[in-house]
Amino acid sequence: MGLAKRIIPCLDIADGRVVKGVNFVNLRDAGDPVEVARRYDAQGADEIAFLDIRASVETRGLLYDMIGAVADQVFIPLTVGGGVNSIDDIRALLNAGADKVSINTAGVRNPELFRQASNRFGAQCVVAAIDAKKSAVDEWQVYIHGGRTPTGIDAIQWARDVVAQGAGEILLTSMDRDGARSGFDLGLTRAVADAVDVPVIASGGVGTLNDLIEGITLGGADAVLAASIFHYGEFTIGQAKAAMKRAGIEVRD
Amino acid sequence: MPDIAVVDYGMGNLRSVAKALAHVAPQASVAITADPKLIREAARVVLPGQSAMPDTMASLDASGLRDVVLQCLGDRPFLGVCLGLQMLFETSEEGPTACLGVLPGRVLRFREQDMALPTGERLKIPHMGWSPVHQQRAHPLWAGIEDGARFYFAHSYYPVPDDPGVTAGTAAYPVPFTCAIARANIFAVQFHPEKSQRSGLQLLANFVTWDGRA
Repeated sequence: MGLAKRIIPCLDIADGRVVKGVNFVNLRDAGDPVEVARRYDAQGADEIAFLDIRASVETRGLLYDMIGAVADQVFIPLTVGGGVNSIDDIRALLNAGADKVSINTAGVRNPELFRQASNRFGAQCVVAAIDAKKSAVDEWQVYIHGGRTPTGIDAIQWARDVVAQGAGEILLTSMDRDGARSGFDLGLTRAVADAVDVPVIASGGVGTLNDLIEGITLGGADAVLAASIFHYGEFTIGQAKAAMKRAGIEVRD
Repeated sequence: MPDIAVVDYGMGNLRSVAKALAHVAPQASVAITADPKLIREAARVVLPGQSAMPDTMASLDASGLRDVVLQCLGDRPFLGVCLGLQMLFETSEEGPTACLGVLPGRVLRFREQDMALPTGERLKIPHMGWSPVHQQRAHPLWAGIEDGARFYFAHSYYPVPDDPGVTAGTAAYPVPFTCAIARANIFAVQFHPEKSQRSGLQLLANFVTWDGRA
């Protein structure tokens, strides 16, 4: 027995509430963050990720309150991302109760942010979020601003760069697969997992439990992140873990 | 005076530890504090820590709390978490700074060459996630926790005590390493009990009722 592969449900947050939507439109309230987080904790989630999809200055206080309320009752690691721009943002989220903070757009604009954050708070709490879209055979490009802006940066090279800067983990989202429910982009996942020494969380595209398994066995991911298959009650975390265990993957019971 | 003082020397995430302690001991007063007087008055003391060792030791000294931490390490139930364990040793590969030196031994970084498994898989650094902890001996802080229960880890460095007798628990990544130490009134863990769900909360609950005897 060794290190378990992790399952991480991801909650989209707007104005301090969990929301469901398709491509950031038609947002529906999906409940109280504390209740949703407690449910996933009870089901055996290994971590919980929160993405502030508004990421506006006006609603930031609501996000801190929400993280604080979740951290009062849920004692597993909490990762928070969305609109993280500065060392002050990271400190505020950690003080609110986050254990790890994911940095995306601001890290592309200012890669020094990864180094500063890592020196100040430790690499283990600095997650580089990479949104990547296929640009050619075995090539992927980094996008920022929630997937709206292409950067011209090669995703594999960028993964190496952020780790060299001090990121302790990579949250890798395939934009081609996000919401498509056709499985992770295994080529992208494998290429990044092989390129870096830090753990890689695969994200984007899970539609079946087999997709979770393939993200680990074929993609080489250390953790798998999913939203819709858990949110809509299609599968529980427990069912996902049972399927992974049957496939020979080590999980936390 | 607080029942439990969580030492705030200006680094890391202290609220997680304090929240978990408050959860398991709702009657106890838990203070996150940088006040040496409050720490000295507390019945039990928790030294958390994240971040990098040189910055951490510099912050501890800048906070003026080194002496009171050393005093509490000698005379009351004391729990170190993560860097709060590593700081107890003499030196760390993470930087040239001397640590507290309460326990003889060093803190080393996981070796890249050890990370390849016979299966062809390669383990990553940091060691991040849930690994089984093997209890090397009975201790009041293990009460009610199954041997081999998984705890949450997030670290690249681990302690190597000179005296193997202080090792209370081990994990493997993939080589076995000390992840819990116990000596007299001191217990310290490399993993994060405050983030290890039931088993972690049980360990903290054990700490808040512990009389400080091994």
